Amino acid sequence: MSNKNWPLWEVFIRSKSGLHHLHAGSLHAADADMALANARDVYTRRNEGVSIWVVESKNIVANDPSKSEEFFEPASDKVYRHPTFYEMPDELSHI
Amino acid sequence: MDAFEKVFEAKLEAEEKIEPKDWMPEKYRKTLIRQISQHAHSEIVGMLPEGNWITRAPSLRRKVALLAKVQDEAGHGLYLYSAAETLGVERATLLDQLHEGKAKYSSIFNYPTVSWADIGAIGWLVDGAAIMNQVMLTRASYGPYARAMVRICKEESFHQRQGYEIMMTLSNGSEEQKAMAQDALDRWWWPSLMMFGPSDKESTHSAQSMAWKIKRKSNDDLRQQFVDVSVPQAEYLGLKIPDDKLKWNEERGHYDFGEIDWDEFWNVIKGNGPCNEERLAARVKAHEEGEWVRDAALAYAEKHSNKQKVEA
Ligand SMILES: [Fe+2]
Ligand SMILES: [Fe+2]
Repeated sequence: MSNKNWPLWEVFIRSKSGLHHLHAGSLHAADADMALANARDVYTRRNEGVSIWVVESKNIVANDPSKSEEFFEPASDKVYRHPTFYEMPDELSHI
Repeated sequence: MDAFEKVFEAKLEAEEKIEPKDWMPEKYRKTLIRQISQHAHSEIVGMLPEGNWITRAPSLRRKVALLAKVQDEAGHGLYLYSAAETLGVERATLLDQLHEGKAKYSSIFNYPTVSWADIGAIGWLVDGAAIMNQVMLTRASYGPYARAMVRICKEESFHQRQGYEIMMTLSNGSEEQKAMAQDALDRWWWPSLMMFGPSDKESTHSAQSMAWKIKRKSNDDLRQQFVDVSVPQAEYLGLKIPDDKLKWNEERGHYDFGEIDWDEFWNVIKGNGPCNEERLAARVKAHEEGEWVRDAALAYAEKHSNKQKVEA
């Protein structure tokens, strides 16, 4: 049996114009053209998309989940970045 | 319990999903690889009994529907192999395990499809049973598995409906057609009930899977749920479910039903079903005959990327 594997690709789909591409899943393909064609056949058989991105999985860089507390720590104590931090009088509107 | 395990347990407790790079107990990982890969194998082996009827579908409408359904099952296999791969195992390895007879798949696909009515019964009952299990699994604790199930469930409901529609057409047809539908129900009913696995008292993995929130309902609970929804559907068709003990139990609010032939169940799992050998042989043949295509595509891709490097 063949021990050479087709590389793994991640598939991102924009479901309709105006929306972000979202991760839909992954697939194996020999090259980018095949990855696109397979992504269309596997993930958009029922008009689920108007645009597809594929990227080889090995090219995705991710943070380490075991260190995610430190990683996201800078945002955790900055309540003043949220509108609810600021008190507005009740009689005021449109603000 | 060490710190990692505490975080893992806390996530399960809080109904948070476990994601691929999160720490997880080795046994949880192994259980998932086994379960997800068996599920994936079932999807692609499941293409075989139905593929048997594509060229002989009685109308173009039935043919495109069956073709689309069988194609969906290939997609389901792909989603599930992908989910398994996030646990650090290669798809090629999983396929090798299937082809070497080391991996299991759902026993239901070891029964033959001898008439067109079987395609109706499979869509109605086999996909119906699969849906019941898969709806539960959309809440599985492992993120990629749960997400694959959401996709799959969206696609499954057409499978069941096209099957039931075939059963309706046959049941409303000539005496011979109605007899075909009844015969298919007679043959597929019990194997469909077996799809939910051994009874709770016999099931070795169930308790742990429920504790890990991979499974949310026991085999027997799912089976009961399936019987309860299927009985009125059979009645609507005017067909008789082949079980003399089947009876509404007012007190329980469920149907009582007869005992499964567990000897048959274990026998088919052990490889002695009517089509075990045929199914595996067909899978191996397809895989081996596709090897040159896989190799050629890879060779083409390599050549192409070398050319791009030279040009750049
Ligand atoms: Fe499926
Ligand atoms: Fe299906």
